[in-house]
This record gives sequence, structure tokens and C-alpha cells, in this order.
Amino acid sequence: MIQLENVTKTYPKASRPSLDDVSVGIEKGEFVFFIGPSGSGKSTIIKLLLHEVAPTRGKVVVNTKDVTTLRSWKVPHFRRSIGCVFQDFRLLPNRTAYENVAFALEVIGKTKAVARRVVPEVLELVGLGGKEHRYPHELSGGEQQRVAVARAFVNRPLILLADEPTGNLDPDTSIEIMRLLDRINRTGTTVVMVTHDSNIVNQMRRRVIEIESGRIVRDQARGVYG
Amino acid sequence: MRLKYVLNEVLVGLWRNVTMTVAMIITMSVSLFMLGASVLLYMQVDQMKNYYYGAIEVSIFLRTDVTDAQRSAIDQAISSNPLVSDKTYETRAEAFTRFQQLWADSPDFVKSVGPDSLPESFRVKLKDPEKYKAFADQIAGMPGIQDVIDQRTLLDKVFNIFNGLQVGSLGVAGFMAIAALLLVGNTIQVAAYSKRREVAVMKLVGASNWFIQAPFVLEAVVAGVIGSVIGFIVLFVGKIVLLDHKLQALTTILTPVHNGNVWLMLPLLAGVGGVVSAVTAWVTLRFYLKV
Repeated sequence: MIQLENVTKTYPKASRPSLDDVSVGIEKGEFVFFIGPSGSGKSTIIKLLLHEVAPTRGKVVVNTKDVTTLRSWKVPHFRRSIGCVFQDFRLLPNRTAYENVAFALEVIGKTKAVARRVVPEVLELVGLGGKEHRYPHELSGGEQQRVAVARAFVNRPLILLADEPTGNLDPDTSIEIMRLLDRINRTGTTVVMVTHDSNIVNQMRRRVIEIESGRIVRDQARGVYG
Repeated sequence: MRLKYVLNEVLVGLWRNVTMTVAMIITMSVSLFMLGASVLLYMQVDQMKNYYYGAIEVSIFLRTDVTDAQRSAIDQAISSNPLVSDKTYETRAEAFTRFQQLWADSPDFVKSVGPDSLPESFRVKLKDPEKYKAFADQIAGMPGIQDVIDQRTLLDKVFNIFNGLQVGSLGVAGFMAIAALLLVGNTIQVAAYSKRREVAVMKLVGASNWFIQAPFVLEAVVAGVIGSVIGFIVLFVGKIVLLDHKLQALTTILTPVHNGNVWLMLPLLAGVGGVVSAVTAWVTLRFYLKV
């Protein structure tokens, strides 16, 4: 599903590469944690998978597509197969939970009728049934992140990328979000999560890839934070 | 749905930043008005050239002391010249009558000119008015000729003034266009900034580039087209007020400006305004949105 082959990424003006000759493969349906200290290069992996940045060297293959050679006008369509959740939720403040999710559908050309059918379903799935018409500022942090997860998942992507999704949440709320991601993973969606929340990693017991200074130092099935 | 969404975004966008929109429309309309005036002038000069060059004559004024023999020799030379298509002869008396009619409004001026002070002349029409030089060279040296005058050179002076006006208004149009383009670019940047969250989400979920850009580009196009319509209205009103009323006397010299030609400016200005705005907006977005 995801294949990094000898990927090196050096940002302009950086003294050393963020990722240094990284090779890793992730199968369909896997749940993978990327862990490591700040600045270790783990967020760069998310950016590479989204084609927000291009690798300096090496090859990135997502869903059998070579992202490195993807033409820029094909990027939008490519991104529709990837859902994405961030630490800061990235919701539109002037839209309700329902509208935030529906917006994601409408801007990729789905009709309002489709949105009316699918959005309540996915909001129910993330546990926000009954709160569809609340605005983000009327929701707690955990609930806002659920909206973000609903928005990422409403299009039934093959891959869900999560960049420190629990970074702004308290431990109990974090666990709830993890249960949600776990449930999404059980539908067959590949989940890639970047985090430095050791509690979560230790509880989940999933594959852990540890990065330090741009290199993979550990790749362990059913691992702990260590 | 998508069309409705885009149109709604355009209206909201224009309204959100209404002072900038108005500034954009005004500069656009002034610029396009000058462009329209320039094009009309160009068409007018072209039309006048066709009209006047067809009726143009070469005047051969004879000396006051010309002899009968010289006159008939000149007459002979003109008639046998292959460049000539038509020829008339005007006596002093005829020239004076015509002069009196021409300056009927200024009787004092007419009184000061005696019936003998105007020269007799041949009026010659050439088959090809452009061949004036060749004809003048052949005829000018003959005894008894005071002067050979081509009306063309007189007309050219008038046309030069028109051309100058035309280039001038084109220059002003270009100058205003720079201001208009900068305003379009700025407006689009402000619009893109105020919608940065939406744009970020749209990129994230994979909205196509045209879908992200269309509302911004259309916003500029709508402003450009409104500006061109205002510019056109000013042009039309100006034509009616100035040429049809205030300066009507001039229109006996100027060939009439047809309303059809003025109407032609509407699609031209709207097209130029729309396309230029769209391109500017699109280029701005390429730098600013990085989709």
C-alpha cells in the first residue's frame, strides 16, 4: 500500500537531511506508528505521502502510484484516496460539524443529496450523533477531532494519515480518539499515525517505526514506545 | 450544485471587499473607455481616409499673368496625361463665387477679398491618388503654373492630429490598465487570504485546482465585465453628447460616427476586460495559492 524506497529529503537551507535513505513498506490494512523526538523527520513522511513535498532522492509509492512522478494536476485526484487528520483539527470555524464534513464532499464534486445520505452516517460512526449542527467552538477538543476524523473518513479513503492527532487532547480524550482510529482501521483502512504520545503507543501494541535524525532505528511489530 | 456554489462564492467575494471591488471597476472602466475611444478614432480615421481620398483633387493654380497659349498647353498636358481620370477648369469668377459661399458666415472677410485676387485653376482627379508625386513632377515645371497643391497633404495634417489623439488615448488606456491590473492582483490576494482556511481544506481533501481557483478568477472577470459595461456607457453617452449635439458643426468635416461602430465596442471592451482580468487573477493565484 505504501512503499518508501531509499527516500532522502533535504529541505532547502537545511544542514542535514530530514529523512536519510529511508526504506519502509506498509501493507494494506496495517496500523503503523511513526515515533521519534521532535525534528526527527516523522512529519516529513506525512508530507511526502500527501505529495506536499517531493523527495530529494528515492521513490515514494502510494496505492501502486509512484508519487514522485505524479503530475501536479493529478495531485488533487490522488489526495482523494487519502484521509488526513492533524493536531490542530483544521475545521472551518463558520461551519457546523455537518457542514464541515459536507464541504469536503461538495468540493470534490459530490452532490448535496449524497452528502445528506453519507454525512449523518459518518458523524454517527465517530460518535457525534445529535451534535451535527454545533459549530466547532461549541464542541470540545475531542469532539472537534472527531469531526476532523469524520471529514477524513467520509470519502472512504484507502489510507488515513494522522499527524499527532492527540497532541492537543487530554489522555482520556486521546484514548477515545485512538479507539475511533482503531475502529476505522478494522474497516480495512490503512492507518499511519505520527505521534510522540508514549501512553497511546504502549496501549495500542501496533507496529512501531522509530525515527531518529532522519533514520529508522527500530521497526517492530506490536511494539511499545521504548 | 457546483455552479451555484461557485456563483455564490463570487458574489460573497465581491461584496466582502466592496471598496476594493469598486476601485477595481472604476479603474477598469476608465481604462477600457480610453481603449474604446482609441479604437473608435482609429476606425474613424480609416473611414475618413476612404471617404476623402476618393474625392481628393490636385489643384493646379495658374499665375495671374498666364497667357492663353500657356493655359491651353497646360490643359493639353493634363488631358493627355495617363495618370489623370478627370479634370475641371475653374475661372477666377467661379473661384470667387465659391469663396463667397464658403465664407458666407464672415461677410467682412469676404469684402476684403476682390474678385480678381483668387487665381484660376485646374482641378484634377487622379486615377490613383497615391501617384500625386509623379504627376506633380511632370506638370509643375510648365510655364504659367503658380503652384500645384495636393489636398492629400492638407488632409494628412488633419489625420496626424487624429492619430496623435488615438495614440494618446491608447497610452492613457495602457497606463490606467497597469493600475487596474495591480488592483485586480491585490483584490485576488486579499480574497485568497480571507479564504485561506477553506482553500487549505479544499487542497487537503483533493478539490481540483480549477474548483479552488474558479471563484477567484470569476470574481475578477465579473468586476472586469462590469467595468467594461460602464466604460462603454460613458463612451456611448460621450459620443451622443459631444458629436451629436455640442460639436455637431464638426461632423460636417468628420464623417459621421456610426452608432453601429460604437455598439461594436461593447463586445470588444467586455472581451478585453474579461480576458485581461481572468489572466491577471489566474497568474496571481499561481503565485499566491500554489495549488
